[in-house]
Amino acid sequence: MSVAAPERTAGFPEGEEIDRQIETRKRQGAIARSLFLLSLIVAVLALLTLLVTVINQSFGLVATVDEVSTAEIMESLGAATDAQLDELDKDQLVAVLMGHLERNPGRRLEREQRFYEDRLVFETQAKWDEVCSTAAPPPGCSRPARSRSDVLALVIEEVVKPQIVGIWNLGDSLFQRPQIEAEVNQAVPGAELSFRSWVSGRFLTSPQDPEPATAGIRTAILGSLWVLAITILFAFPVGVAAAIYLEEYAADNWVNRLLGTNISNLAGVPSIIYGMLGLAIFVRTLQAFTSGAAFGAGADASANGRTILAAGLTLGLLVLPVVIISSREAIRAVPQSLRRAGLALGATRWQTIRAHVLPNALPGILTGTILAMARAFGETAPLVVVGASTFITADPTGPFSKFTVLPIQIYQWTARPQPEFRNIAAAAILVLLVLLLTLNAAAIVLRNRFKRTY
Amino acid sequence: MTQAADSRLGATLTKRARPLEALVQGLLFLAGAISVVTTVGIVYELGKEALLFFRDPAVDFSEFVTGTQWRPGAGQFGIWPLVLATLITSAVAMAVALPVGLASAIYLSEYATSRTRGILKPVLEVLAGIPTVVYGYFALTFMTPLLRSIFGVGAVEIFNDASAGIVIGILSIPLVSSLAEDALSAVPGSLREGAYALGSTKLETAVRVVVPAALSGISAAFVIAISRAIGETMVVAIAAGAGPKNFTLGEDSLFGYILNPFKAGETMTGHIVRISGGDLSYNSIDYNSLFAIGLTLFVITFALNLFSQRIVRRFREVYE
Repeated sequence: MSVAAPERTAGFPEGEEIDRQIETRKRQGAIARSLFLLSLIVAVLALLTLLVTVINQSFGLVATVDEVSTAEIMESLGAATDAQLDELDKDQLVAVLMGHLERNPGRRLEREQRFYEDRLVFETQAKWDEVCSTAAPPPGCSRPARSRSDVLALVIEEVVKPQIVGIWNLGDSLFQRPQIEAEVNQAVPGAELSFRSWVSGRFLTSPQDPEPATAGIRTAILGSLWVLAITILFAFPVGVAAAIYLEEYAADNWVNRLLGTNISNLAGVPSIIYGMLGLAIFVRTLQAFTSGAAFGAGADASANGRTILAAGLTLGLLVLPVVIISSREAIRAVPQSLRRAGLALGATRWQTIRAHVLPNALPGILTGTILAMARAFGETAPLVVVGASTFITADPTGPFSKFTVLPIQIYQWTARPQPEFRNIAAAAILVLLVLLLTLNAAAIVLRNRFKRTY
Repeated sequence: MTQAADSRLGATLTKRARPLEALVQGLLFLAGAISVVTTVGIVYELGKEALLFFRDPAVDFSEFVTGTQWRPGAGQFGIWPLVLATLITSAVAMAVALPVGLASAIYLSEYATSRTRGILKPVLEVLAGIPTVVYGYFALTFMTPLLRSIFGVGAVEIFNDASAGIVIGILSIPLVSSLAEDALSAVPGSLREGAYALGSTKLETAVRVVVPAALSGISAAFVIAISRAIGETMVVAIAAGAGPKNFTLGEDSLFGYILNPFKAGETMTGHIVRISGGDLSYNSIDYNSLFAIGLTLFVITFALNLFSQRIVRRFREVYE
């Protein structure tokens, strides 16, 4: 090097050339810097676009045509034709139902939930007593009567039956309302244009339905919660135990090194592979257990092992590496001096861990677990493979029920060709994102609240 | 009695047997061993069902490896249409994620003030936390119409590998940038200061000193991102197409059809999800074929993960 150096100086620029080169290099630096920043902005923009797309589809104008108009209803009641449904009292609303419903659908509604505590509308007293004294009486026998607003909702659903004839997204609804109104008036005279939020209390509490306007995500949310509960029950104790073993007990030998390597490899296995593992092991091989037959609790004979239990265990295996890795980090962060102090006072290893290491590592462990749960909550592919039901309306009743979860509901609605399903898919996505945000916020609060520095 | 006391004194110096402690340790070890059982379970179950598939008289192993038609109904099981779609979506994804992710990482680690970092990093974390089914929705309702308005409705099919690939790229950006940023920040400041002392600009320091020094970590990040893109499922299941893109070499145009990302083409993962989402009877050849695809997928991603660990171990520069 030292020999070559004098020759090289001949190639170096001199005088103004230096300034020019420096200018060029500075310019290159500035350009590159803005390109780097631009990449980050691309990522931020992608996030914003995604949110805007979802929100844009979750709200907007809807054009509806009523099967029976309000005016006709008022006429049948003998009221003023310009009166509104909201102005009717409960007796009038029940009268509307009696006037427009056949006897059998009416009886079905009454058996679901009665209209009055003290009298029957569609059923005869004798038949009612007979139905209610059977082994499995319908819910109407024990539930309190419908309130006025329940009956109003029923009138709209069963009698007025608004049919959606046009849907617009939020952007168009806000900025092109006059054009939309003109278009609707021309195409479907008599259609009513109203602003609709696809996310609503009714959307959250209604079960799945083939009709997008009345479909809800109650079944899916309950299914998600059940599956998540099983996942936590399995992954949390096992994951923390494995982390304790690897951090506190494991000697540096090949068995334990294999365990460590294996766990980080498992974290990289695609989630769909876990679904196939779950299908082969939990659904097929352990069918007797996952369907509940082994416990005499075959809640759903048609589930065939495709149950909440099988789904929860599959997701448990999936998030196990994540729980182990984050718990190991939390345990490692507990200073050695605490352990030594415990051991020096005569505590055994397990006593030291239980009384000193674990309490100090717990916030970190919980944070990692919550993040792992957030991941499990959004997982779709493995549960499709395990066998989520494509259409169920009954709430899950226990670990042996058939199930669907929120992300799967979103997937199924997104895959439908009809545009209305895009809107309820977007609404379900909003709900999912809010729930995930809550989980993540809980993790952050936990992390900041119990943060300790030694 | 004194004799007993003496012997007790001696006994305290040796290790006392503690059955409870041993039991606890055993239980904890079992918990750790579940991970190994999982791996063995994956290999065993995938291998077993795949073996049943290859033993089937309708299936020919060489056809599976070389065939370009995947038609289970007609007894044709060539994996290439599925593998090719996976490769196309992953290639498109990496064309988006690797440059954008690396550039973001360089900005975050070399240029950004701690305040900017405090704002931008959480955005990336949020991006990483969104479930992939939401990205699938995004691909279908935003990316596909966007591509169709740019390249023309005739050129871009409703389901296509390009929009799925771009969206997988977007969802991989946080992964690449956070792993690459870790690698870049691990490069000691003295290297940067040395470069500045020699008159380098910030860009020259970053590109010629810091990035080469962190190359092992960056390559590992790239490999992990590729592995994740190959295994990504929901985006392709929703946006890439609902049927394998069967082709005949020589007859179909190579760039117009076979490698054209604007055509619909079902990937390995997309196929598994679609078939297993329907009514599937066990012990049928369809069921077994899914496991053969799954095994292929597992082998590819597992090899990539091992490879990334090897890169880190082999080429890591250890400073100080």
